[in-house]
Amino acid sequence: MSAPLPRPAPFTPPRFNGHGVLAIYRFELARAARTLIQSLVTPVITTSLYFIVFGSAIGTRMKSVGGVPYGAFIVPGLMMLTLFTESIANASFGIFYPKFTGTIFELLSAPISPLETVLGYVGAAATKSVAIGAIILGTSSLFVPISILHPVAMVALLLLTATTFSLFGFIVGIWAKGWEQIQIIPALIMTPLTFLGGAFYSIDMLPRPWRTLSLFNPVVYLINAFRWSFYGASDVDIRISVAFTLGFLAVCSAAIAGIFRTGYRLKN
Amino acid sequence: MSPAISIQRLVKRYDSGHVALHGIDLEIQAGEIFALLGPNGAGKSTLINIVCGIVTPTEGRVLAGGRDVVREYRAARALIGLVPQELATDNYESVWATVKFSRGLYGRSPNPRFLESLLDALSLADKRDARIMTLSGGMKRRVMIAKALAHEPQILFLDEPTAGVDVELRRDMWALVRRLRDQGVTIVLTTHYIEEAEQMADRIGVIDRGSLVLVEDKRTLIDQLGERQLRLVLRRPLDAIPAGLADLGLELRERGDELVFTYDATRAIDVSALLRRLTDLSIEIADMQTRQSSLEEIFVKLVGRRS
Ligand SMILES: Nc1ncnc2c1ncn2[C@@H]1O[C@H](COP(=O)(O)OP(=O)(O)OP(=O)(O)O)[C@@H](O)[C@H]1O
Ligand SMILES: [Mg+2]
Repeated sequence: MSAPLPRPAPFTPPRFNGHGVLAIYRFELARAARTLIQSLVTPVITTSLYFIVFGSAIGTRMKSVGGVPYGAFIVPGLMMLTLFTESIANASFGIFYPKFTGTIFELLSAPISPLETVLGYVGAAATKSVAIGAIILGTSSLFVPISILHPVAMVALLLLTATTFSLFGFIVGIWAKGWEQIQIIPALIMTPLTFLGGAFYSIDMLPRPWRTLSLFNPVVYLINAFRWSFYGASDVDIRISVAFTLGFLAVCSAAIAGIFRTGYRLKN
Repeated sequence: MSPAISIQRLVKRYDSGHVALHGIDLEIQAGEIFALLGPNGAGKSTLINIVCGIVTPTEGRVLAGGRDVVREYRAARALIGLVPQELATDNYESVWATVKFSRGLYGRSPNPRFLESLLDALSLADKRDARIMTLSGGMKRRVMIAKALAHEPQILFLDEPTAGVDVELRRDMWALVRRLRDQGVTIVLTTHYIEEAEQMADRIGVIDRGSLVLVEDKRTLIDQLGERQLRLVLRRPLDAIPAGLADLGLELRERGDELVFTYDATRAIDVSALLRRLTDLSIEIADMQTRQSSLEEIFVKLVGRRS
């Protein structure tokens, strides 16, 4: 160690730490890039499998749903399903990993605000899941003809859902004390809700009690709103869907604000 | 000049109820090397982690460069770099990526020239693109230092920089610390080793069970505490200390079997001269031992003196 040490130049930190947000955002996406093959190939294969099973094998025996061919009908639900799981997985991993390795000390000692931290992590997680959503859409269009009636609403719903569930994932990552807990929320809550949430059927196809019960499943609203942006038809009022998503977004934001204020599972 | 760090009546009570710091008051001057010395569990890391924002204080406050580390955390933290006690690195990252990340995280605009010269100075230039997991422990520690310096802090905290480090790297570390000080960086480090504090620090603070036992200039401390003993086991016992050795303040022990010479930095000893004088007096030596005050003894002495 003999080369001269550079002399440190003092600086005044800016009011908004944009470099910090960008550093986290890039760092998170770089990790996805290192595992690019897994990140991209897995959703393509999974989607193709769904099409082979639901689209081709079962779909050929099914009438169209509300005038939409069955194969095309399941695309929005499939995208939402992936969006939920990917957003939660990416964001929870993103913040859990530094807690696990101990590198979180750097985040806690840096001149970066909670809002900036969340922008970096949640932004990166949402970006990844939107990209995967787009890949699924692309893969699906190889199997079935897809039309998007309200493209602006579709993109807006995509972004809103990705952001909301990434926020939720961020909370899961902070709450989790081990890897099992990271897995448990998606497996125990999201997967059942999504499968029972009309990803692969219209809830109108269900007999009475089940149909009513489904109306208490928030995922039904999310999937239907998204499907509406494609085909213009929905089992439920999409205003309820949007209101629900915004409400969930607000709850998650408040929870995160509380986490940083109290240092919950971040600081002693 | 205002102090680099000002700690006022700082108390930390962990959720477990354990009180790790009992009202610490401490000022660290700009440009000095300050060593925080203390046994395991004394509260060294707790103190550092509060200053750096990783642990929340229970009571009291801390200023860095005159800025409150809680209320004006942006301004305060921008001044500070931290190398924590535990080596925590993202093993899958390259050295370059992780150092660049640290700089960005602290809100500074990219400066590849600065980062390159930093890696150069830490002998990491050739490891620039290596993944961190492929580096040795000593190298990883240097990467941690590079990360801590990436945003050009004015104050650097090193929590046990030489724990588990070999002799050579330890010397490198000491040299590095001095060079940083020459660049105007204030340095606070913790250690268990009094030798290390002696080697590196300008001032030494001793912390024990959450209280600062003393804060002293290194020179003063060494003069007061660096006590050594030379024990000479004699072949034939003496009745009394020979007149020819009266000036040395020797002690005769074990029924005249041992001569004990106690000295410290203020009274350096020329051992060969002493032995020559003994030989001149036909005093034969069967064995000899030197002993140095241990850290425990020093703590006992300090605590005894203060209370
Ligand atoms: N998160 C925590 N919860 C409860 N007690 C803690 C926590 N962290 C540290 N302590 C306790 O606080 C005391 C001070 O710990 P600290 O890590 O500051 O000591 P230290 O001087 O750095 O010790 P070492 O030389 O071993 O690193 C110890 O008794 C320790 O057990
Ligand atoms: Mg410690």
